[in-house]
Amino acid sequence: MITPPAIQVENLTLAYGNRVLLKNADFSVKKGDIFIIMGASGSGKSSLLRILTGLTKPASGKILINGTDFLNASEEQQLNIMKKCGILYQSGALFSSMTLAENIALPLQQYSTYSKEDISYLVSLKLALVGLAGFEEFYPSEISGGMKKRAGLARALALDPEILYFDEPSAGLDPVSSRLLDNLMMDINQSLGTTLVVVTHELDSIFTIAKNAIFIDATTQTISARGNPHELLKNPPNENIYKFLTRGKNHA
Amino acid sequence: MPITFQKQDSDFLLVFRGDFINFEISSALNDFIKSLPENAKIKTISFNTEKLSDWDSSFVSFLYQVLLVIKEKNLGYSLENLPDNLKHLLELSFERALIPPSAKPQQSDWLEKIGDWALRVLSALKKGMSFIDETYFSFIRLLFKKAVLRKEDFLFALDDCGPKAIGIVSLISFMVGLILAFVGALQLKTFGAQIYVASLVTIGMVRIMGAIMVGIIMAGRTGASFAATIGTMQVNEEVDALRTMGIPVSDFLVLPRISALVIAMPILTCLADFMGILGGASVGILLLDITPSEFWLYAWKAFNLTNFWVGVFHGVVFGIIISLCGCYYGINCGRNADSVGVATTKAVVSAIVWMIVITGIITVILKEFNI
Ligand SMILES: Nc1ncnc2c1ncn2[C@@H]1O[C@H](COP(=O)(O)OP(=O)(O)OP(=O)(O)O)[C@@H](O)[C@H]1O
Ligand SMILES: [Mg+2]
Repeated sequence: MITPPAIQVENLTLAYGNRVLLKNADFSVKKGDIFIIMGASGSGKSSLLRILTGLTKPASGKILINGTDFLNASEEQQLNIMKKCGILYQSGALFSSMTLAENIALPLQQYSTYSKEDISYLVSLKLALVGLAGFEEFYPSEISGGMKKRAGLARALALDPEILYFDEPSAGLDPVSSRLLDNLMMDINQSLGTTLVVVTHELDSIFTIAKNAIFIDATTQTISARGNPHELLKNPPNENIYKFLTRGKNHA
Repeated sequence: MPITFQKQDSDFLLVFRGDFINFEISSALNDFIKSLPENAKIKTISFNTEKLSDWDSSFVSFLYQVLLVIKEKNLGYSLENLPDNLKHLLELSFERALIPPSAKPQQSDWLEKIGDWALRVLSALKKGMSFIDETYFSFIRLLFKKAVLRKEDFLFALDDCGPKAIGIVSLISFMVGLILAFVGALQLKTFGAQIYVASLVTIGMVRIMGAIMVGIIMAGRTGASFAATIGTMQVNEEVDALRTMGIPVSDFLVLPRISALVIAMPILTCLADFMGILGGASVGILLLDITPSEFWLYAWKAFNLTNFWVGVFHGVVFGIIISLCGCYYGINCGRNADSVGVATTKAVVSAIVWMIVITGIITVILKEFNI
């Protein structure tokens, strides 16, 4: 049996009212991939992510997650799919009235059958994985922005997701922290086999972690380039992607 | 039993068999700790995962806890035989750990708590006084036309605490007048003096009840909304932005709101007085067989301008209290989502408490002057 791709998007059209951001897009994300969604500001990357995570509906198109039609699934099926997806929001989106431990325990209490004690063990592992061992009893307001992102990642990892989505993970982080986060993402991808879908325009990060990428071209409202970013830089299929990958420098 | 513990000379071996999905960490951990020989010298603890098939993070958690125990007891261990990705995950858990800042403050004893409380009350008082001070100077600046009072903000606040509050104020004070008359009538009827219901309601509403009802309504309605609006601005760092631009927060946020409420409150108080008397009249006329003209005659006799001005004066004072409380707690709101709720609650409760306290003080003072 051939395993279906983690995410398969067919004929997707993305629009707000009659303002089209993406026309008839097709792409698929392999299992275990680190997949980057690139594009200029306002090209619709975050919107695409919202659609992939089921927060909004596209104008038209089809999304298969692990081979299941996500948009036309029953509510229960959708919930099951969403449980297999973790999301790291830009600011971590931790619940401010709960400690880090309670934040991470929340999805486990909701969706697993673990005992209280086992949950606390799972929580301390997840925190340790992101380098926050010993921070269980801290409140989000007591830790830094970079730590909040790590804690958010720990929460996203709580249910052993198969797919992890990131919206601009390195925004607002210093270069060292953002490199650490990149390493962490690669480690998670490597040891847990988690598929990562990452929205970012941090070139450093793109060239370090990406296995595959797509480029949303705001001028044509299409995916104008796809593949490994290193390859794309060597043989750019069009000028926009070349400008993007070279920071607009040295083009003729 | 999916885990077996084997001791060979100075080595201790954990052998895993089968699936470790949704696995019970705590009981396995207890088993491990129990089977660790107490005194015997153990050189290395190692793992055998040849027969391990499927696992999820509960299994990793277990291994992590096992390693924590091993490290605590200063025993040797080897991760050699673990599958690569498991080994990697465990190494990751111990690598790059950020060290939590010094332990969080411990629970202190009661003496310390009292001292702490006193200090907090003192600093809150100081903060409150300096807030009132700042607002006062804003007003002075406004009088000398040096403060920036944005007309839009002022009109918005005025619309919110004036016209938009008329409905609820009318309804509630009508009901209060009605209740006052009804309860009074039951007593007065026994003396055949029900006509004095008119005087009772008029004096009661005009002197103090009108102002108090409006005060309570506006504390819940407008005071809360001031605190929530400014609190949200605090959360979004908008208040910080104002401060760094050098615009006094008291000019920009507090002045328009206080001015609006101080203008609206006396007018609303008059409205409440009138509606309360109307409520009393409806009881008197419909239930007590007092004719309208009789009712108005007695009401008019009882109406006295001093009482009216006392009521209106209360209205103005309440307006100041409510807007000060709302703005103060809004500006001193914390930085997370809960804090807006906390600020709103505090604003309403403290406004009501202060209104009652100040009413008491004013009453005593007026009595001294025989007003
Ligand atoms: N709810 C909405 N209603 C209408 N238009 C919207 C809405 N959300 C976003 N847009 C528009 O859609 C476009 C894409 O927005 P989106 O946030 O997806 O961009 P992005 O690629 O994530 O940009 P950035 O890199 O700046 O985050 C923007 O031009 C924005 O104005
Ligand atoms: Mg975005």
